[in-house]
Amino acid sequence: MSWRNVGVVYRKELTDSLRDRRTVLSMIAVPILLMPMLTIGLGVVSVLLFGRAMLEIPTVMVLGGQDSPAVLAALFALPEIRIVPARPDYAREISEKQIRAAVEIPRDFDAAVARGDAVTVRIDMYQGELKSGFGADRVQKFFTDYREAVVRQRLQSRQLPARLAAPFVIEQKNVVAPEKVGGELIGGLVPYFVILLCLTGAMYPAIDLTAGEKERGTIETILCSPVSRVHLVLGKFLMVLTASLFTALLAILSMGMTFVAGKKILERLSPLNATGLALSISLKAVIWVFVMIVPLAVLFSAALLAIALFAKSYKEAQSYLSPLTVFVILPAIVSILPGVDLNAGLSLIPVLNTSLVSKEIVAGSYPWNYMALIFASSCLYAAGALAVAIHLFQREDVLFRT
Amino acid sequence: MIEVTNLGKQFRDKQRGIFRAVEGLSFRCQPGRIYGLLGANGAGKTTTLRMLATILAPTTGSATVAGYDIVREPQKVRASVGFLSTATALYGRLTAQEMVEYFGRLHGLAEPRLRCNLDALFQRLGMNDFRDRRCDKLSTGMKQKVSIARTLVHDPSVMIFDEPTAGLDVLAARTIVGFIRECREAGKTVLFSTHLMNEAEKLCDIIGIIHNGRLMAEGSLGDLRERYLQNDLEDIFVRVVQA
Repeated sequence: MSWRNVGVVYRKELTDSLRDRRTVLSMIAVPILLMPMLTIGLGVVSVLLFGRAMLEIPTVMVLGGQDSPAVLAALFALPEIRIVPARPDYAREISEKQIRAAVEIPRDFDAAVARGDAVTVRIDMYQGELKSGFGADRVQKFFTDYREAVVRQRLQSRQLPARLAAPFVIEQKNVVAPEKVGGELIGGLVPYFVILLCLTGAMYPAIDLTAGEKERGTIETILCSPVSRVHLVLGKFLMVLTASLFTALLAILSMGMTFVAGKKILERLSPLNATGLALSISLKAVIWVFVMIVPLAVLFSAALLAIALFAKSYKEAQSYLSPLTVFVILPAIVSILPGVDLNAGLSLIPVLNTSLVSKEIVAGSYPWNYMALIFASSCLYAAGALAVAIHLFQREDVLFRT
Repeated sequence: MIEVTNLGKQFRDKQRGIFRAVEGLSFRCQPGRIYGLLGANGAGKTTTLRMLATILAPTTGSATVAGYDIVREPQKVRASVGFLSTATALYGRLTAQEMVEYFGRLHGLAEPRLRCNLDALFQRLGMNDFRDRRCDKLSTGMKQKVSIARTLVHDPSVMIFDEPTAGLDVLAARTIVGFIRECREAGKTVLFSTHLMNEAEKLCDIIGIIHNGRLMAEGSLGDLRERYLQNDLEDIFVRVVQA
């Protein structure tokens, strides 16, 4: 094995690829820009829209209640909603977003409450519509508070303690470190972005170095040089792997920086103020996610190289490789589904195993036994893919496929 | 020296099944002489030359190039050969100098020798004006010069040309023809394929007429004229092929 020849091929391919705009775009620009655009950009837009929806005073229609001046007066005094007079087609008005909600106060409400009769207040709303939900929530809160006030009044009048109605208090408490809570929330993003970009970063160089060479007619030029085909494919493979790992590294760094910057921006913009979560990735997690991604990048690079080599032209290679993104997105989606946790069986499924372990690492857990199993199995798959790529490079019917 | 003995190549084809592109081919090329393989499109010229350049492996027979066996010692064969065809394109994003340097390094040349060979070649071929220009920005003539420099950088003893002037304009074709003659004068073994009769007449010391993968006739132009009682190479070619 002459590593000198592999090095010569690698250096040439690196120089050549860095002058290819498509490769540079997929290797550098996409991982740097995609994460801030998708998280900060989308986050800012959604926070702004959410904030605006929350600040809006919802228009609520009151149906009935003319015979119940007490509840009506309290409702009218509520500053968080704007009351409009009753109209018969309130349902249409809600569905056309002219009003946000309607509340139907039953006949003789005040008297019925005073008597202790069971009555029902109905709130009409547009389910799933954010602003209608806010309007309905405010009306619901008003009536919940009103009901509690009535209960307190009744207890007081019978000289009974207020805790009779609330014999105990229920409290939920987070006992996990904020970094881990944040990690659990953002851990699912790692497979989406880093692993996907690890594939897309390798895609263009893999096509350019194989099908691209066939299309441009340089494959025959390089095959008549004395370098062996094994050295040639290894040089090319190392270049594709460089692109893949570099893209993944940039994606991880960009993600880390995006969370730091994004949290500050979103906290400043959000009307709810700080979420209290530590949305950050530790350096240790960055390093271990990268280590776990290395064999996956080898697998991607070798597989892409082998498939693209089979194609006759750049276009044909693109049509072969584009569907591969589905094979990466699907396991990534599965890994963020609730209840899908890492186990020995899932540790052997390529892509899904790295997705799941990345999620664990970002959340601050290091399941060393699974990590070793995943690293070993991914290395095995990667070696298999590389062996296929080397084998295909020896085949005349693949190299000169017409 | 190139010695070809009973060389054959068959391909598997979906439509045609097993297809014999070259069959029972034997010939010999001497140093300081130009051997021309003359044949129509699809006659088996490119397959033959690709086998001799070890890009394709033969199915039957054997051949030695510069004393090395094409099956057992393919890397040594490629190290001794300069192969040029219209299909051997250049890397568009590399400069002329980078392109030639790359092939020099692939041939294992040490940096001082590579530098020396490169400067001499660029000087001889008049390439200094565009040595730092990217290959995709070069004219056809300039590209041909870079291709020539690429094949000569390791100073091979055997040159193989596969229809090197196909698709070129008169001036670019003249550069190539001149270069082939220079190779002969430098004592190199030159194997050359063409379907152009006038090119074969002008250049070749020995002409081998190839048809359907088989060598149908061989000899100097004078020999062929005598044997087939025709003066024009085209008439000789038609007679050989139709026979």
